[in-house]
Amino acid sequence: MKPDKLLLIGGSAGSLQVMFSLLTALGNDFPVPVLVVLHRNSAFDSSLEELFFSRTALVTKEVEEKEVPAAGTVYLCPADYHVLVESDHSFSLDYSERVHFSRPSIDVAFKSAADIYGAGTIAVLLSGGNADGAEGLAHVKERGGVTVVQDPMSAEVPYMPQQAITRMHPDHILPAEEISAFIRGLAAYR
Amino acid sequence: MEFNPIQYEEMELLLTDIYKRYGYDFSEYSKASLQRRIYRLFTLDKFPSFAEFRYRLQTDALYFRRFVEEITVNVTEMLRDPSFYRTLRTTILPVLATYPFIRIWHAGCATGEEVYSMAILLKEAGLLHKSLLYGTDINPLVIEKARKGIFPVNQMQKYSENYIQSGGLKDFSAYYTANYHLAKFDSSLTGRMIFSTHNLVSDSSFNEFQLILCRNVLIYFERQLQSKVIQLFDYSLESFGFLALGSKESLRFSPIAGRYKQVGKEKIWRKTHEAG
Repeated sequence: MKPDKLLLIGGSAGSLQVMFSLLTALGNDFPVPVLVVLHRNSAFDSSLEELFFSRTALVTKEVEEKEVPAAGTVYLCPADYHVLVESDHSFSLDYSERVHFSRPSIDVAFKSAADIYGAGTIAVLLSGGNADGAEGLAHVKERGGVTVVQDPMSAEVPYMPQQAITRMHPDHILPAEEISAFIRGLAAYR
Repeated sequence: MEFNPIQYEEMELLLTDIYKRYGYDFSEYSKASLQRRIYRLFTLDKFPSFAEFRYRLQTDALYFRRFVEEITVNVTEMLRDPSFYRTLRTTILPVLATYPFIRIWHAGCATGEEVYSMAILLKEAGLLHKSLLYGTDINPLVIEKARKGIFPVNQMQKYSENYIQSGGLKDFSAYYTANYHLAKFDSSLTGRMIFSTHNLVSDSSFNEFQLILCRNVLIYFERQLQSKVIQLFDYSLESFGFLALGSKESLRFSPIAGRYKQVGKEKIWRKTHEAG
C-alpha cells in the first residue's frame, strides 16, 4: 500500500545525537515512514549504520532502489547516493554530481519527496555546517508540506538551520527536544 | 526558488517527441531522476518556457546531442569501491587467466575510468596482452573523452589511494604522465581498448564476453527495462562468464537470477546455466 505521508529528516555535522533522540522519541508505533538524509563520510559508513540499527526502536534499514516505504520504518540514505521518490512512491537512487558537496543531498531528497507527497510531506532540518536543505525545505513548503527547523540556538552546528531560516520561512522553529512530540502530533492528526 | 515547470505530463510529451524525431527511447528511465536532469538542463540553458525548450529539441539536432550529454549521468571514478576491485584481482582474474583470449564489456562506461582501472588490473596480472576491453555508452561525448585517456590530475591522489586499497603494489603514478592539470594514461593500456556508442535500450548484443561490468546504470532504469538489459547481458555472456553491477544494484528481481550465482559479498554474479 502506498503511504500518503512521509517524514523527512535532514542533518549534517552535529546532528547525530539529536537524530537518535528524535527517532527514539517517535516511539515504535509511529504511523508514517521516515527517510533520514544524513551527510556522512563513507569511510565511517558501516559503524554509522550499526549505530542506527542499535539505537532506535523503529525498524531501520538502508534505502534500496525501487523499494516502497512502509509505515513505522526508518530508511537511511546510502552513502554516496542521492535518494529520490518516484510517482508510485518507491525510492530511486542516483549517483549524479554532489549538491552542496553532498551525496546524499538533503535538497535533492526533500524536493523529490515533496513533488510526490505534497501536503503529506513533513520535513525536518537539523544541525549542520553547510547550506544544503534550505532549498529543499522551500520546495516542501510550496507543495503544502510542513517544514520544521531545529532552533539554531539548540544546534551543535547552527549554520545549516540558520541558512534555512534566512532563505525561507519555515513553519516551525523548535528546540531539539520539542521536535519529536510536535511531529507525533502532526503524524497522528493531519 | 521557482516551481518546476516540467511536470511528469510535460516530460512525457518531450520524451515522445524525442523518440519520434531521433529514435532515442527514454520512456522506461526512472522518472524522478530524469525529471531532475531535464529540469537542470532547462534552467542551465535559460529557456523562458517549456514550449520553447520543446521546440528547440524538436528542431535542433545539435541541441538534442547536448540533451543526451547532459541528462545522462556521467559521474565515475577509477577503482571506485576498492574492495570490488580487490575481488576482481583475487577471484575473477585467475579464472579469466585460463582463457586463451579475454573479452570484457564495460556497459555505460561514461568517461572510461573503470575501463582504465580494469586495464591496470589486467596488466598487473600479466593478462592485458591477451585481453580486449570494450567500453560503450549512449553519450558520444564521453566516449570521445574515454578514448583519449586524459583525466584531471587533481583526482590522482584519490585514485592512488583506491589503487592501494584494491591491492595494488606498484606506484600508481607509473601509469600516467602528468602535464599541468592533466594526467594522460599509458598507451599500453589504451591499446587494448575499443570505445563505441551503444544504447542499452535499443541496440543488440555485439559479441560474447567472459566479463560484463555495468555499474550504476541500472538504477536509472525502471524495473522492466532493467530486466530487458540484464537479458541482453545474459545473451552476451559466455557460459560461466561474470556479470558485475553497482554496489546498490542486484539480479534479485530479474528472471535470470536462478541461473546465476553470486561471488562472495561483492555485486558479481557467475552464470551457471544457459537459458533452457
